[in-house]
Amino acid sequence: MVLAVASYLLARRYKFIKKGISLGKPLDRTDRSSERWRSMFLVAFGQKKMFKNPLPAFLHLFVYAGFLIINLEVLEFIIDGLAGTHRIFAPYLGGFYTVLINFFEFLAVAVLTACVVFLIRRNIIKVPRFHKPEMKKWPTLDANLILFTEIILMMAILKMNAADQVLQAKGAAHYTHTGTLFFSSFFMPFFENFEIGTLIIFERAFWWFHIVGILGFAVYVTYSKHLHIFLAFPNTYFANLNPMGKIANMDSVTNEVKLMLGMPVEGDAATPPAEVGRFGAKDVNDLSWKSLMDSFTCTECGRCTAECPANQTGKKLSPRAIMMATRDRVEDVLTNDKGLENGKSLLNSFISKEEINACTSCNACVEACPVLIDPLSIILELRRYVSMEESGSPAAWNSMFQNIETNFAPWKFAPTDRFNWADDLKN
Amino acid sequence: MSDSKNIIPTMAEMNAKGESPEILFWVGCAGSFDDRYKSVTKAFVKILNKVGISFAVLGQEESCTGDPARRAGNEFLFQMQAMSNIQVLDGYNVKKIVTACPHCFNTLKNEYPELGGNYEVIHHSTFLQQLIDEGKVKPADGNPFEGEKITYHDSCYLGRSNNVYEAPRRVLEALDVELVEMKRCKTNGLCCGAGGAQMFKDSEPGAKEINVERTEEAIDTGANIIASACPFCLTMLADGVKAKDKESEVKVFDLAELIAKAEDL
Repeated sequence: MVLAVASYLLARRYKFIKKGISLGKPLDRTDRSSERWRSMFLVAFGQKKMFKNPLPAFLHLFVYAGFLIINLEVLEFIIDGLAGTHRIFAPYLGGFYTVLINFFEFLAVAVLTACVVFLIRRNIIKVPRFHKPEMKKWPTLDANLILFTEIILMMAILKMNAADQVLQAKGAAHYTHTGTLFFSSFFMPFFENFEIGTLIIFERAFWWFHIVGILGFAVYVTYSKHLHIFLAFPNTYFANLNPMGKIANMDSVTNEVKLMLGMPVEGDAATPPAEVGRFGAKDVNDLSWKSLMDSFTCTECGRCTAECPANQTGKKLSPRAIMMATRDRVEDVLTNDKGLENGKSLLNSFISKEEINACTSCNACVEACPVLIDPLSIILELRRYVSMEESGSPAAWNSMFQNIETNFAPWKFAPTDRFNWADDLKN
Repeated sequence: MSDSKNIIPTMAEMNAKGESPEILFWVGCAGSFDDRYKSVTKAFVKILNKVGISFAVLGQEESCTGDPARRAGNEFLFQMQAMSNIQVLDGYNVKKIVTACPHCFNTLKNEYPELGGNYEVIHHSTFLQQLIDEGKVKPADGNPFEGEKITYHDSCYLGRSNNVYEAPRRVLEALDVELVEMKRCKTNGLCCGAGGAQMFKDSEPGAKEINVERTEEAIDTGANIIASACPFCLTMLADGVKAKDKESEVKVFDLAELIAKAEDL
């Protein structure tokens, strides 16, 4: 029953997110597959980029490894739950089962410790990147809820195993011997004075708490900033493989420029080019699907914002806020009756020109992201819209454009003076 | 130091003689017009003359690559510039381009191919490193920078954008300087504040200018010289040094200027 409800909710949410990402424009990221697999393996599975900062990297590795491996035990939980058995694998694995469960307990303690340290970093030490303006209310609560839930789930495993061991010692029926489980045995004194009947209730309660908790958590994750545990994999696979400095060409513009310059256009030049839609992005459906996947993958860690030169010097721009705003807009489009036409747009309603104008395109945010999110491409698409559709770039930029058009340099110098620097060298 | 006897052929002149140079030196707008960066251009030309490599410039035929237009969002203007530049470059059958500007470098190397312009493009830091490796440039013992404390500022468009971190450092090491790194360097380098067309407008409201933040970090290393390999970085850092009133103690130089001075050119 519980499993069915969880599966239903997960499937519904999966469809929602998929629909959200599909709002984006097409972009081919299926080439160079061996490089892509390699990047996914190193960056998502191997967490290569996390190790720029070793302390959180190791703690995060504990939580990540714990999450992956302890879920093997959930498999046993599910089989037990469906078949009405108890610790179905124990008799088959014998001594190895003891080793395995001890290892799981070690991981549970490691996850617990890491989560406690993370809570301290967020709430007591107050690491600056967790306290930027975009980290008010829900984002902060979301992060703390996730950490608390993980701590409580790990405690449930340990207490369940403790109660189980007391039951084994008291010779309760069906309680297969697991051997000594080191970490949970510390909790045994709490349970030793209870009757077998009460203990079974305790043990069952922890069991149910854990399994419902895990499934509930899985559902919660899909509503939270914690989606990176799944999306990190596709997101790194489909990441940009070109040099960071390269900005992708707008082919729709190329055709028009060629026509203007009287150059041959590929295809049938006589037929006007197909409707190109907007230049650049005003809203989320003008961005590529990859930018939208980026926004769902973002776990709001803020490494990008901590590295952003504009943000470090007090400007309004925060690459994390760009990602959060993009996701907020996608969810807004999917949940309001009028969709994209509800009078709002990504630009202006969610992201201001002041933010996008402050970007130096230095790629520090892109470099910093542990899951290869690219906030810069969103900023660029918004700038393209402002420049080409609204002619609304800052006045100084419009002058720069004019200089390039008339003087072929961004400054106001006469093109005929371009070679004057050589005069005193030639003599 | 002498400014005479340097030859600076243009592509048009060479073409008229039926010759084609080994490399095209792409000077860039800053290298052509900016008073400070013109000295980098001249230093680089002196080095080219010294090693006797066959090169040419486009002279008045050169034009903005379009980099700031593209980054400010004006894709039309970028592509207009790119396509007319490609016509000029292809007209002279250019194969190999060297430039002292990381923005020109990035655009010519990474962005022109999609519009049909395919060239081998190298940045002058890599080019200088190659000359040093080949023994064509050998800063003499007792060069004026020997033992000087120098810090190198990574240009975003050279470093993060194109992974050129080692070449500029190797050039400095060849001068036997004491190279000190800033805390934020290489992949973690802090931008000077000029990229993404910021060079051409005032910054948004904030607590501080980015170039001041970066200059403070450079000054904190205790270096007497901040080395740069980008015209925009050079301007931003020189302005930062001025803002901190440290002009008498800390100088900002481009790699080519340092090599040219060390070679007594």
